[in-house]
Amino acid sequence: MENIQALMQGFELALSMHNILYMILGVLLGIVVGVLPGLGGPNGVAILLPLTFGMDPTSAIILLSSIYWGALFGGAITSILFNIPGEAWSVATTFDGYPMAQQGRAGEALTAAFTASFIGAICGVLLITLVAPLVASFALRFGPAEFFAVYLLTFCSFIGMGRENRGKIGISLCIGFLLAAVGMDSISGDMRMTWGSGELMRGFDFLVVVIGLFGVSEILMTVEEGLEFKGKNARIQMTVVLKTWAQMPRHFVTLVRSCAVGMWMGVTPGGAIAASFMGYGLARRFSRNGPNFGKGEIEGVLAPETAAHAAGTSALLPMLSLGIPGSATAAVLLGGLMIWGLQPGPLLFVEQKDFVWGLIASMYLGNLAGLIIVLLTVPLFAAIMRVPFGMVAPLILMVCAIGAYTIANSIFDIWLMLGFGIVGYVFKKLDYPLAPMVLALVLGDRAEEAFRMAMLGSGGDVGVFAANGLVSTLIVFALTLLLWGPISDLMARLRGKVATE
Amino acid sequence: MFRPAIALVALASGIGPAMAWEPTRPIEIVVPFSPGGASDQMARTIQGIIQKNGFTKAPIVVVNKPAAAGAEAMMEIKGAEGDPQKLLTTSTGVFLTPMTTKLDLAWTDYTPVAMLAEDAFALWVNAGAPYQSAQDFVEAAKASGAPLKVGGTGSKREDQLIALGVNKAAGINTIYIPHTGGGQASTQLAGQHLDATTNNPAEEVANWRGGATRPLCVFSAEALPYTEKVTEDESWHDIPTCASQGLDVQYQMLRGIFLPGGVTSEQQAYYVDLFTKVSETDEWKEYLERSALLPEFRSGEDFVTYLQGEEEKHRAMLSDAGFLVQ
Amino acid sequence: MTAMDSNEDFDEAVVRPAELDPEADVPGISRRTMEICISGLLVLLGALVLVDSYGIGAGWSEGLGPESGYFPSRVGWIFLALSVLVLVQAVRRPSDEVFVTVPQLLQVVRVLVPLAVYVALIAPLGIYVASALFIAGFMLIVGGSRWFTIAATATLLPLLAFWVFELQFQVPLPKGPLEMALGY
Repeated sequence: MENIQALMQGFELALSMHNILYMILGVLLGIVVGVLPGLGGPNGVAILLPLTFGMDPTSAIILLSSIYWGALFGGAITSILFNIPGEAWSVATTFDGYPMAQQGRAGEALTAAFTASFIGAICGVLLITLVAPLVASFALRFGPAEFFAVYLLTFCSFIGMGRENRGKIGISLCIGFLLAAVGMDSISGDMRMTWGSGELMRGFDFLVVVIGLFGVSEILMTVEEGLEFKGKNARIQMTVVLKTWAQMPRHFVTLVRSCAVGMWMGVTPGGAIAASFMGYGLARRFSRNGPNFGKGEIEGVLAPETAAHAAGTSALLPMLSLGIPGSATAAVLLGGLMIWGLQPGPLLFVEQKDFVWGLIASMYLGNLAGLIIVLLTVPLFAAIMRVPFGMVAPLILMVCAIGAYTIANSIFDIWLMLGFGIVGYVFKKLDYPLAPMVLALVLGDRAEEAFRMAMLGSGGDVGVFAANGLVSTLIVFALTLLLWGPISDLMARLRGKVATE
Repeated sequence: MFRPAIALVALASGIGPAMAWEPTRPIEIVVPFSPGGASDQMARTIQGIIQKNGFTKAPIVVVNKPAAAGAEAMMEIKGAEGDPQKLLTTSTGVFLTPMTTKLDLAWTDYTPVAMLAEDAFALWVNAGAPYQSAQDFVEAAKASGAPLKVGGTGSKREDQLIALGVNKAAGINTIYIPHTGGGQASTQLAGQHLDATTNNPAEEVANWRGGATRPLCVFSAEALPYTEKVTEDESWHDIPTCASQGLDVQYQMLRGIFLPGGVTSEQQAYYVDLFTKVSETDEWKEYLERSALLPEFRSGEDFVTYLQGEEEKHRAMLSDAGFLVQ
Repeated sequence: MTAMDSNEDFDEAVVRPAELDPEADVPGISRRTMEICISGLLVLLGALVLVDSYGIGAGWSEGLGPESGYFPSRVGWIFLALSVLVLVQAVRRPSDEVFVTVPQLLQVVRVLVPLAVYVALIAPLGIYVASALFIAGFMLIVGGSRWFTIAATATLLPLLAFWVFELQFQVPLPKGPLEMALGY
């Protein structure tokens, strides 16, 4: 109850006039940052960090964390409208969000995404409010073996269900792993598959590949069928918000599942990216509408968005209480805390009560403000679909090029983006699925690193992956999910036999 | 021991008055690590100080180029020869990267501006560990069946060199486990997935204050100068040196600023003056104390001599470890 | 690098949308050919991966645990096996579908060529000037816009980008002689 009291004081602090202004400003900036691929949450926060040095820490963190919320919201917009994820965690949102937009349901998809984000974030904040110290220490139990198990779980929950040729799913996954391996190996410092090139030394950045594979290739696919966008006849009315909300209770189970996945991945620093893929994979597997996923199913938007935001928010918990950032943006905020003279860590909750609870209160309010602001922009963004193709397509391509460039300030990356655009176009037409490649690219090197660190520590003993209850549960859970398809097929067949006999 | 005052005298009498050049376009500070890390914090602190005090009219931009353990940033600055609007924040990586990779780089490709500080390293263990001194740790490592696990940042870099130095000096055999950042290693230590880390003070201070980890000794010649209490009863100054505990390993890492090669001496002098001003501000001193960085300001000839000495030292260390490529 | 293809090249390729009928039975590249080419390429890539991975060591090392080629080499073998499998499937496949018809391909080329020219121009001209040219060029090729719409779009969008990135967020993008002359 002491927490609740402290939270109320926090609300008082956060609700002061200038803090609300900072909140709105932050959310707006965050949306801009999230919409433009490559600018991204971490950059947005990092760029504004020096401007906040003169402010009092509570206002500063309210401004910066509002940018974070805004960026989380904004990432969904380009994913849905143009198949270009502004942030890595919105990739899974494109799988169903973009088909919805093509069907003229952009408004519905955007509303679903924003609302799901809000629900996820609120779950995350509730977690922080209620059980902060308890959950934080759980994160400490994660060593390399446990991290590997979490990544394995993500892979297993996502793959093995596609309708495509199994060989092509496998190839796509392998390409992702191999692309992730290019560049300097973090454990040995060796260069891998760079063939002496200075540019390849940096490796393939996830966003460059995704902007090409999804965004540029989509434009190529579009022009093949004539020079205009599909779904441009979208009806744009504010009532679409209410209509979409009316559907939400039907997907209650998906929302709860994604919240749980997200909070868990946020606290155990698995992160928002892994959470969004896992949320999507689990929803596809366990939902009645599973077979429609990928064709414009609203649950396919709700699931990853809820999970990503629950994770993105919960990720601030290990940052505040342990001083370990759960995400790149959290890492920048962490740097900010230190610059303002606050020491993140177990003592922050004791020494800087006002600050911590002001921040937590601003999480509730910032997300609420964010939701209202983004919902108001739904018609605006949906209207973009009506602008003539000849004007929007070069704009999208310019934004893609800028995004690809800003990631590493390299023109080579713009060429890579173009190359991956062609690869994406050819692969889509030949039915090579792109999602497994993207998943392996974003998590492959982390999984490999965790695996090698675990093996290095154990002296090559594979037993480390069954060394304690936590890691063995995770591994068993992962393998069950991997084999779920064949198992349920088998059971259905057996049942079918029994029924016919 | 060098004192900042001498640098000022040198500056005032030598290159100071010849200053005519001024930046006209935005100054880019290229950070070879990701946002949030120690180098990034330093760059953004400098950015904040310069902007707040109006030391220069041109805007300052921080750009992160974290790929390939900083090699990418070094390649970029090497490619920007003659461009006086680009600065590189660097650490000992300025020697380590060229020597441990096949990349065509050398610190002499860059124009040294100033060394801003030195970063210490300490031997950290979990707060619940039985070791009270470096000697306890060494004995435990000798007695242990499986080798103890020591964590640090990166591969073939400062932390690993220290870990190998400890192995050699004490005649023990620990395994070094590379992490992507000091914070990650610190958390793994707090969760008892590691037996020790060789982190910088700033990377471990949160967990030390939180009672999750504690230092056994610092790998410096003298105890750290900061006497203000960090935890309830200990200050940085209270940590004994490793040498005093019979573990004779010493290592400190430079943190400094370089310009690309081929800039004029007026341009170099402008930045020397700029960073001298930065290093005299109270904000900078607070930053140093908070991060437990040692105030070692060097510029000009003095910095170059220092760099030459360090290069030789690192060449010997890397050659001992078998990491030397060039 | 300068413009790889001049404008004349795609002037020939211009097909007005009205002339286009994707349903028509126009010859193009067959899907079988494309499947064989791509899986063949993947087999080659797989081989390259293996060469590199075994080159840097794919076993166990005392100090480092699994070597840096350990993981890529294993993925590489699976990749190679699957690529060969898909190649065999492709060879056996009857030549039925059309992968892309000639008019479709021309449409794609009409976007791809200006895009490639755009990327090539970023280094010498800076991203803003290149973007202005690209937007104007693209709108001309696609057609349907009046000249002042084109001029306004091509000027305003890069200016807006400049304002957002350079002035507001202070993200330096590639700049060319024009920006240099203006003092940026």
